[in-house]
Amino acid sequence: MNIHIPTPLRTFTDQKEVISVSAPTVAGALEALVSEYPPLRENLFGADGKLRSFVNIYLNEDDIRYLASKEQSLTKDSDEITIIPSIAGGL
Amino acid sequence: MLRIHFEDYEKLRTHGEQTYPHECCGVLLGAIGEEVNDVRQIVQAGNERIDSAHNRYSISAVELIRIQRQARAACLDIVGFYHSHPDHPAQWSSTDIAEAHWLGCSYVITRVANGKAEVTNSFLLRGSNEEEKRFEDENIEILMTTAAPG
Repeated sequence: MNIHIPTPLRTFTDQKEVISVSAPTVAGALEALVSEYPPLRENLFGADGKLRSFVNIYLNEDDIRYLASKEQSLTKDSDEITIIPSIAGGL
Repeated sequence: MLRIHFEDYEKLRTHGEQTYPHECCGVLLGAIGEEVNDVRQIVQAGNERIDSAHNRYSISAVELIRIQRQARAACLDIVGFYHSHPDHPAQWSSTDIAEAHWLGCSYVITRVANGKAEVTNSFLLRGSNEEEKRFEDENIEILMTTAAPG
């Protein structure tokens, strides 16, 4: 499946916008991604190994936080995973 | 440095006037270079912080993904974001830096006073990770000649 990398993280993927991986779950796909590009790990995961709170992961059109199996949701080769950091702020 | 066409620059400032006294927000699409974030198009976004829109903004992940796909189709990248500070300075706040996660991108802030856009500043989010991130003042080059497509 393809994982879409947002602009700020392409520094760690040799500027590639799309990375193809094979894995049975979303968690497996993300692990395959950070194994291939190790500097990505600290930008996606905290010291506790959990996804950082500002990192949104979408499996096709769905935020994985709202899927029943969350990171353990099953995937197939035609799926698209999108990594999208949050954008917010104010006074 | 942030490079932007006058038409787009005015568009993002006007957006802040339209949403006053609430914060506006949007996305800058273009090309990220070594020294320049080159804006080719701006996209207005909705502020999903309707609970506190006078002093907070947030763009939903769903809208951001849609905009990112739109950018990809046009061979553009997300190079930054903009928002307004109603009746407050065009300077980044503690909330802005805490919520900024797009390293290498430009964050444009416009002061809107009594409904009128005044100062617009840009800040580049520097650093290689969340712990080292920081805003740096960034010059804005406004292109007056050719209008940006879209």
